[in-house]
Amino acid sequence: MSQFKAPDFYLLDDLISDEERMIRDSVREWVDREFMPIIEEHNRAATFPMHLVPQLGELGVLGAGLEGYGCAGLSPIAYGLILQELERGDSGLRSFASVQGALCMYPIHAYGDEAQKQRWLPAMARGEAIGCFGLTEADFGSNPGGMLTRLEDAGDHYVLNGSKYWITNGCIADVAIVSAKFDGVVRLILVERGTPGYSTNTIKNKFSLRASVTSELVFEDCRVPKANLLPGVEGLKGPLSCLNQARYGIAFGAVGAAMAVYDEALRYAQNRIMFDRPIAGFQLVQNKLVWMVNEITKAQLLVWRLGNLKAAGKMHHTHVSLAKRNNCWMALECCRLARDILGANGITDEYQTMRHMCNLESVITYEGTHDIHGLIVGREITGENAIA
Amino acid sequence: MDIVVCVKRVVKTDSKIKVGADGRSIDPAGVEFVLNPYDEFALEEGLATRERLGAGTVTVVTLGDAAAEKELRTALAMGADKAVLLDAGDRQLDAHATASAVAAWLRSVPHDVVFCGKQAVDGDDSQFPGRLAALLGIPSVTEVLKLELNGNTFRAERDIEGAREVVECPTPCVISAHKGLNEPRIPNLKGIMAAKKKPLDKIAAQLGEPASEVASLELPPARPEGRILDSVNALVDALRNEAKVL
Ligand SMILES: Cc1cc2nc3c(=O)[nH]c(=O)nc-3n(C[C@H](O)[C@H](O)[C@H](O)COP(=O)(O)OP(=O)(O)OC[C@H]3O[C@@H](n4cnc5c(N)ncnc54)[C@H](O)[C@@H]3O)c2cc1C
Repeated sequence: MSQFKAPDFYLLDDLISDEERMIRDSVREWVDREFMPIIEEHNRAATFPMHLVPQLGELGVLGAGLEGYGCAGLSPIAYGLILQELERGDSGLRSFASVQGALCMYPIHAYGDEAQKQRWLPAMARGEAIGCFGLTEADFGSNPGGMLTRLEDAGDHYVLNGSKYWITNGCIADVAIVSAKFDGVVRLILVERGTPGYSTNTIKNKFSLRASVTSELVFEDCRVPKANLLPGVEGLKGPLSCLNQARYGIAFGAVGAAMAVYDEALRYAQNRIMFDRPIAGFQLVQNKLVWMVNEITKAQLLVWRLGNLKAAGKMHHTHVSLAKRNNCWMALECCRLARDILGANGITDEYQTMRHMCNLESVITYEGTHDIHGLIVGREITGENAIA
Repeated sequence: MDIVVCVKRVVKTDSKIKVGADGRSIDPAGVEFVLNPYDEFALEEGLATRERLGAGTVTVVTLGDAAAEKELRTALAMGADKAVLLDAGDRQLDAHATASAVAAWLRSVPHDVVFCGKQAVDGDDSQFPGRLAALLGIPSVTEVLKLELNGNTFRAERDIEGAREVVECPTPCVISAHKGLNEPRIPNLKGIMAAKKKPLDKIAAQLGEPASEVASLELPPARPEGRILDSVNALVDALRNEAKVL
C-alpha cells in the first residue's frame, strides 16, 4: 500500500461533493495499485505502459468530462481531480489522458459530424483507439499560426503535406488530429494510421516525460478522405479551444505532482536524522516545507475556483492561462525544494522527486510556455498585445 | 441467487484516534471513515459470484447511523444492486446485538448466501459472522481464502494450523472473507455515477439488549524513546540488568 498522504491544509475536501471525492479516491487507489509499482521501470526504459490503456478506459477516465458516446459526463471538478491524481503518478500518464480526452475526443465531440463521433468516441473512451494531436511544428511552437502544413483539394480527397514535431502519443496513435492550412485557413482533420503518405518517428533521448511517447508526424502527399475533415470549426480557434481544455487539466495535474513531492519531502524530513535530530526540526527545512504547502494550498484553491467557473460557463481562456502558469511554476519550485530536502538521496530514482522535476520542465513549456501565458494574461489586463 | 453482503463503516486504520469525552468511544472529529477492508473482500466475492452465475442480486446491509450511507454508496459504486441501512442511531452495540438486528432483518428477505468480512478492523472481535449464522440456524464457514460454488454447495478453503482445510457447505449459509480471497475491484467512474440512482432503504433496526458493553477505552501507552548503546557489553548488561530478559 502506498504511503501517500495528500496534503489538504485548508480542508478543501469539504468544498467538493461526495461523488467527486469518491471519483478522486478511486483514481488515487488505481494509481497506487497499478501505476506506482511500475513507473520507475518505464521511466528508465523510456516506455509508456501500454497495458494500462484499457484499464484507463474501464475506469472511465478517458474523455470523462464529455457527455454521451460512452463518456462518463463528469463535472469539471471531478474531471480536474482525475488529472490531478494521474499526474501525482507521473506527468506522462496525465499527458496521455489529456491528449486523448481534451485534445482528441473534445474536438471530435465539439466539431465532428455524427459519423466521426460514432466511429471514434466510444472506442477512444474504452481505450481501444488512441489519438494524438498535431499542432506544433519544429519551427512553429509558440506561434502555431505560422504553420506550414497544408491541405489541398484533389477532387474526391485531400492531399496533406508537412510535418508536426513534439507530438505526444504520435507513434502509438490510431488517429491523428492534425492542424493544417486550407486556402490559408487552419482546419482540423483526422488522419488514420496506415493512410498512404503518413509516417511517424520517435523523438528519443528525452530527460523529461520519459514514460510518454513523443513523436514526429510526417505527411508526404498524404491522401486523406474528405469525410475526415472536422466540419464544425475554422481558424486557429479550433486547435486553441482544444488547448484550453487541456490546459485546464494541466492546472489540476501540476497540483498532483506538487502533492507527490511535498509528501515525499515531508516524510523524509521527519525520518532523516542529522545532528541527532530529524531534519524537519530545523527552521530552514521547515521553511521549505511551509513554502510548499502554502503554494499547494493556493494552487488547490485556484483550480477549485477555476472548476466552478467552468461549471458555471464563466471560465475565460485567460483564467486558464493564469492557473496553468501559476501551478506549473509552483510545482516545479516544489520539486526543487523537495529535492534539496532529500539531499543526495534525492538524485536517484529511488525517490520520485527528480522524475517529477524533469517532467515538469516539459509541462511548464508545452501547451503554451510560462511566459506566453503571462503575456496572454498581460494582454487581457492591459489591452496591449506584447506577444507579437 | 440472492446474495447479501454485510458491511461496516470503520475508522481508517492509519488515522490518529482520540478517545471521546465519554471515555468509551472514539471521537469521530477529524478521523476518516472507510468501508471495513475485510468487507471489501466479502463484497468482491458477492459481485464475482453474481457475475459468474450471470444472474442474481447483491444487497449490501449495514447497521449504523446515517453517516454509514457513505460506505453503502461506496459498495453500490463497486457494483452492489441495492443497499439497506438498519438505522440504530448513535447507539453503541456489541456483536450480539448487531447480529440479532441483522438476523431479524434477514428473516424478512430472501438470502442464499450472506458474505461478511472475517472481522471489522475497529473492534477486531470476529464474532459477527458466527453469531449471525447461529441466530439464523444456518451453517457458516469463516476466514475463507478460496471459494467455489457448485450447484447449491459452496466449497471453501481456509487456513488452519499448518494445513489447508476444505469445507463443503450447502446454501443458505454465512461465509466470512479473509484477505487473499480475491482482489477487490476499484469502483469505476460510471459505477460511482450510477450509485446515486440505486435504491438505498433506511429501516429502523430491531434492537435487542447488548450482551456486553464497552466499559472504557484507553490509548496504548506511548512508546519510550529508543537508546543507542556503544558496545555489545553494554547491551548485554542492559538486557540482563534493566530489561531482565536474559
Ligand atoms: C514532451 C512534449 C510534448 C508535447 N506534446 C505536444 C503535442 O501533443 N501536440 C502539439 O501540438 N505540441 C506538443 N508539444 C509542443 C509544445 O506545445 C511546444 O513545445 C510549445 O508550444 C513551445 O514551443 P517551442 O518549443 O517551439 O518553443 P518556442 O516557441 O521556440 O519558445 C522558446 C522560448 O521563447 C519564448 N518565447 C516565444 N515567443 C515569445 C514571445 N512572443 N515573447 C516572449 N517570449 C517568447 C518562450 O516563452 C520560450 O521561453 C509538446 C512539447 C513537449 C516538450
